Amino acid sequence: MFGYIVRRVLQAIPVFLGTTLLIYFMVFAMPGDPIVALFGDKGVNPAIAEHLRHQYHLDQPFIVQYLIYIGGVFVGDFGTSFSGQPVANILAQTFPVTIRLAILALLLEMIVGIGVGLISGLRKGKLFDASALVVSLIFISLPIFVIAFVFQFVFAIKLGWARPTVSGAANWGELILPAIVLATVSIAYIIRLTRSSVIETSGQDFVRTAYSKGLSGARVVRVHILRNSLIPVVTFLAVDFGVLLVGATVTEGIFNVPGVGRTLYQAIIRGEGPTVVSFVTVMVLIYLVVNLLTDLLYAALDPRIRYGK
Amino acid sequence: MRNVKIGAALVAVAATVALTLTGCAGGGNNNIVSTNGSEPQNPLITTNTNETGGGLILDSIYAGLEYYDAKGAPVNDMAESITSSDNITWDIKIKSGWKFTNGEAVTADSYINAWQYGALLDNAQLNSYYFDIIEGFSYEKSQPLTGLSKVSDTEFKVKLSAAQSDFPLRLGYSGFYPLPKAFFDDPKAFGENPIGNGPYMLAEKGAWKHNVDINLVKNPDYQGGRKPLNGGLDIVFYATLEAAYADLQADNLDVMAGIPDSALKTYKQDLGDRAVQQGAAVFQSFTIPARLPHFSGEEGNLRRQAISMSINRPELIQAIFNGTRQPAKDFTSPVIAGWSADIPGSDVTTFNAAKAKELWAKADAIAPWSGSFQIAYNADGGHQGWVDAITNQIKNTLSIDASGAPYPTFGEFRTAITDKTIATAFRTGWQADYPALSNFLEPIYQTGAGANDGQYSNADVDALFVKGNSAKSLDEANKYFQQAQEILFKELPAVPMWYGITDGGYSTKVSNVAFGWNSVPILYNVLKK
Repeated sequence: MFGYIVRRVLQAIPVFLGTTLLIYFMVFAMPGDPIVALFGDKGVNPAIAEHLRHQYHLDQPFIVQYLIYIGGVFVGDFGTSFSGQPVANILAQTFPVTIRLAILALLLEMIVGIGVGLISGLRKGKLFDASALVVSLIFISLPIFVIAFVFQFVFAIKLGWARPTVSGAANWGELILPAIVLATVSIAYIIRLTRSSVIETSGQDFVRTAYSKGLSGARVVRVHILRNSLIPVVTFLAVDFGVLLVGATVTEGIFNVPGVGRTLYQAIIRGEGPTVVSFVTVMVLIYLVVNLLTDLLYAALDPRIRYGK
Repeated sequence: MRNVKIGAALVAVAATVALTLTGCAGGGNNNIVSTNGSEPQNPLITTNTNETGGGLILDSIYAGLEYYDAKGAPVNDMAESITSSDNITWDIKIKSGWKFTNGEAVTADSYINAWQYGALLDNAQLNSYYFDIIEGFSYEKSQPLTGLSKVSDTEFKVKLSAAQSDFPLRLGYSGFYPLPKAFFDDPKAFGENPIGNGPYMLAEKGAWKHNVDINLVKNPDYQGGRKPLNGGLDIVFYATLEAAYADLQADNLDVMAGIPDSALKTYKQDLGDRAVQQGAAVFQSFTIPARLPHFSGEEGNLRRQAISMSINRPELIQAIFNGTRQPAKDFTSPVIAGWSADIPGSDVTTFNAAKAKELWAKADAIAPWSGSFQIAYNADGGHQGWVDAITNQIKNTLSIDASGAPYPTFGEFRTAITDKTIATAFRTGWQADYPALSNFLEPIYQTGAGANDGQYSNADVDALFVKGNSAKSLDEANKYFQQAQEILFKELPAVPMWYGITDGGYSTKVSNVAFGWNSVPILYNVLKK
């Protein structure tokens, strides 16, 4: 087990170097000159632009720029944004917000998705199952910005149950509405995933054995059916947690959440290399960690799964 | 079956918790007016801020020599007097007894040092072009301005390199604000926590919460004409206008500048008499450089006129913008003193299909038309709708192939324009830095000027600009600028499309909301209920 973890962590190092190099190259190759954009509609002065390019190392060849950046990262310096703020500070401000949002959304997905999916699977073909399938189909087909705008308009503006946008503090309570929006599509998938997995497990021999042993229905469902149905769901949830951390740009924009998605989008538009690369790098690291945790979780769910040596 | 009930109960509990938690949000400080802004793109330094996000903050925390009233007329803020006998050497006297919020006195040196810093090439300040009219300015060498000299703590002289009749008008711009000594000690730290002398000041160190908001409170020591009627400002940075508008509708945002496109049809209904709509100092056009084939010399002039006359501006404005633009009748803006709709030649901005065809045929007689006509735009700025509509009208009127040419981002678009590789016409626009006709003309149409994207050059126009700048009065100056526009109408270095409109609104919690000439709400006058 321990050896397995060490091996996985060591594997992360080349992945880390490879992604930063790749992302840095993509930002470098992005057409358009960020310095020119800094001047806006007013004309560009070549002498001033030259000075600024020098200041941000934009006049250096690609590999030099990359080495300057990666050298800084190893001493904890992630570079500075055009507004003079250390990128490390921006990371420290935005990631906690997005992580809070992602945790809330994930909790909702787990509670509602697995709950409804389990009931649907156990009562296959009944009214509850049919309606759960129809509702989940509706949420899967709706684009997320439609759900976001409708929820914002109905619950925040018309009913006044929540703030339409999230304040700077971005505390748990304020994040619930955007979290619900973020969770809707995934909840729909998890319902369907759990349902089919439960139906499949219910037909297995060991379930029949458990019933014939005289175990109570509740115990069979909890220990034998649900637990064995969760592996595909856990995989989905893990991938989804990664997606929630990096892909909430639309929802964060609509609810003005000062999180990762919104900040990264703005950095891409402004061509701020260090900001974009640092954000993406942290995202890659999060993916690696989440993936490792998922793999470890499999063993807890299914004792048949063992890790090498 | 018990499990089923537990599952259902869990769902119910989760929903209830969610709704109760969200219900107890909101609240806020009394007498603080909130308004929408955007995260400043640069550190908050007067000589390095050239965009509206940072500009709104700097205008609130600094007092310069002048400020502009609602109509755009300059009013003395710190200036006692600004005089000149020849429009070249200006004598500036400032009021005594003013202080920065750190207690340092604001003197002539605070101005001279700030301007020297802003102009110096090595400091690479985005607003350095503002000082290029002062003697000693150089884009080639890093050298101090020789035209600035101190007379006393409350008086200094500015010598310009050429006559400039509108010089006092420029002095309200944020690039000309004074800076305290603390700035020069550590510009980087200062840009994060600026110290000013204006109506407001930062609520505390670290009041600028990046990507979130900035908190300003009333500066009790401010002595100028912009004394705040409220206790402070909370300038909230929104990623989109839609998000800000949602807050406005829920009374969560007090004063909002701008209305999202999606709400243009409904906002007057939503807000009733709390909706604001008025003229703006914004001019929109598209530019057809003379270096494009078929667009040089007489042929080019005829073709530009034909294209301009084949566009039905009022119809487009109604269809695309719900009437939230004004058809352009000149190259400036109706909110500027001296504007006129009847400059000779301005009929090229009126739709006239027959005349357009006739002019196009005349140009074809010089050299027959070939290829297609395209207008480039940046796709990230909401320009596709009107560019497509314009090119459609051109196509229908002149029976030529015409279309829009999108660039993905503003950066790419501007790069193609400034390095002159762009092979099509392109959209152009100008928002005035200070309320003068000259500011809409000189920076764009003077030979070699900073924003002369179309590389337009006409010696007669240049001469009229020089005459206007050495005129004794603003009225006299404007006469020359109007004459210059007569020539511009013949050659159309930019095809005028429309003037911008300021739209916005305010919540039920505030009153006395008005917007200034530059589309920015006059925040110091807003009263919180």
